[in-house]
Amino acid sequence: MSDITLNASAKVAEAVPRSAPISQVGFVGWLRTNLFSGWLSTAVTLALGYLIIRWAIGFVDWAIINAVWSVPNNQTQACRDLRGTGACWAVVTEKHRFILFGTYPYEEHWRPALCIALFVGLYIVSAMRRFWRKELALIWVGVLTLIGVLMWGGVLGMPYVPQERWGGLVITLILATFGLALAFPLAVLVALGRRSKLPAIKALCVIYVELIRGVPLISLLFMASVMFPLFLPEGMNIDKLLRAQIAIILFAGAYLAEVVRGGLQSLSRGQYEAADALGLSYWQKTGFIILPQALRLVIPPLVNTFIGFFKDTSLVLIIGIFDLLTAGKTAIIEPAWQGFGIEVYLTVGAIYFIFCFAMSKYSQSLEAELNRHRRH
Amino acid sequence: MSETLDHIASAARTDAPPAILLDKVNKWYGALHVLRDVSLSVALGERVVVCGPSGSGKSTMIRCINRLETHQEGKIQVNGIELSDDLKALDDIRREVGMVFQSFNLFPHLTILENCTLAPIWVRRMPKKEAEELAMHYLTRVRIPEQAKKYPGQLSGGQQQRVAIARALCMKPKIMLFDEPTSALDPEMIKEVLDTMVSLAETGMTMICVTHEMGFARQVADRVVFMDRGEIVEVGAPNHLFENPQTERLKTFLSQILRGH
Repeated sequence: MSDITLNASAKVAEAVPRSAPISQVGFVGWLRTNLFSGWLSTAVTLALGYLIIRWAIGFVDWAIINAVWSVPNNQTQACRDLRGTGACWAVVTEKHRFILFGTYPYEEHWRPALCIALFVGLYIVSAMRRFWRKELALIWVGVLTLIGVLMWGGVLGMPYVPQERWGGLVITLILATFGLALAFPLAVLVALGRRSKLPAIKALCVIYVELIRGVPLISLLFMASVMFPLFLPEGMNIDKLLRAQIAIILFAGAYLAEVVRGGLQSLSRGQYEAADALGLSYWQKTGFIILPQALRLVIPPLVNTFIGFFKDTSLVLIIGIFDLLTAGKTAIIEPAWQGFGIEVYLTVGAIYFIFCFAMSKYSQSLEAELNRHRRH
Repeated sequence: MSETLDHIASAARTDAPPAILLDKVNKWYGALHVLRDVSLSVALGERVVVCGPSGSGKSTMIRCINRLETHQEGKIQVNGIELSDDLKALDDIRREVGMVFQSFNLFPHLTILENCTLAPIWVRRMPKKEAEELAMHYLTRVRIPEQAKKYPGQLSGGQQQRVAIARALCMKPKIMLFDEPTSALDPEMIKEVLDTMVSLAETGMTMICVTHEMGFARQVADRVVFMDRGEIVEVGAPNHLFENPQTERLKTFLSQILRGH
């Protein structure tokens, strides 16, 4: 009875703020709510934790502790002795030049290597907002031209290297960079065209998107490689890589156009009307009001498509172009190195992952920065 | 109805050419006849308030004046320029006519200052510095110069609408159209926007304003236009119209408005 009286009188006083119980906040709280919230989740956590640790130990053993890092003169017996217990990174050490540069002449490897560095430098410069000026377009044209000169050669004392001998990572970067750099503006124009009031333009854009989206990229590449030359006059031959490049641009353009169109549709009519009422012309309205907002909204699906196409460039293997993946595959055809696919594919996968993950992280920060105005 | 025609006739008799002339304007949305023989003449410097129940075509009418909507029959002239498919004429008209929307329609990705300077710089070809000075002048007039560097999303509704008014004024229009400028605002913000509009009216700006704010109509309107079901039913001086409604439709409307307030 007296207890109750005490409690009642205590309630009258103003509640003093106190911190949440230690078991609910911080790392301990996180563990409790997410991993150990009941006997079932505790059991699952422990079982999965055990499996993950077992697997991680096994992987470290295989990939690092028992691994062979190099072998003399293609003598792979040391590697073969360790099959199943240790990785043979010697295959990567031995073949890394082939994976990166394909069949490009060995003594000229500095040229594609420089091209890869130029590509990476171009990406980094383009990613920094303080370089987002008109001059950036000139930088792109300049760097891409320089890359073309370096790869082909034939000037400035660099021997000419035909396109058939290009390969490896540099091909993947060429296809992806030229492909997306040209597909994106095309996509914006097509997306705008699809919303045009002019029936001919609208029809053209709809037909383009539906036609291209309706066929697999592989069949487009086949057409570009096999059928297209049949229609050309005798003696005229467009470079195989260029044909594949055009197929990729057209294909990516159709997909990106639909992403951009999604952004255009999500803007309210009021934005168009306000721009119209101020007397802005169509291109002023599109350039200053509509696209800046629409493109910001579609950064996640845009980057999703970019990443997809970066990897889809590997499909050019079916028309005999040596991109990164094909070069890796070809590297282990040699009898001495047969059977070391896992190591090569892990390496190639890691290279793809670095580029795609960088794109993904960059898009997240860009999205946060560009959409700052939407935070209240 | 005869009263309506008298007013149009009297406005047409004055010497100066009308700022806005609508002559038997008709518009359909599909089968729906949304503007029926709408005729109205607004003199330079005149303030006209348009009221009427929702769906009466009042917004559609003023949106036809700067061709956000196209009319199918009749004639619309702004400053003596006839609205047609001629894009040059449309550019000229939009340069002279400012518009304020119910939902503000500020550009959310641009700062307040950029919202105000964009059109003067690109449409009027004004140097950037001059455009910014002009924008600050009008932002001061609507009493929010200190918000110039912020984004629209950081402002209250009333402040956004005042920016929208400043943005339109930066184009130095001869005519201002207001499409229910206070309908999307919280009650405590309506006054600040109406005050801005009253002070604008005092400068002699030609204004057509769709609104249900009867106090505002009494204070600034030279004439009030009552629309219902796509046609102009009555036109008159605010006091005359509100005290002596001639038609059943206006009586019903006024009683509904008064009950609502």
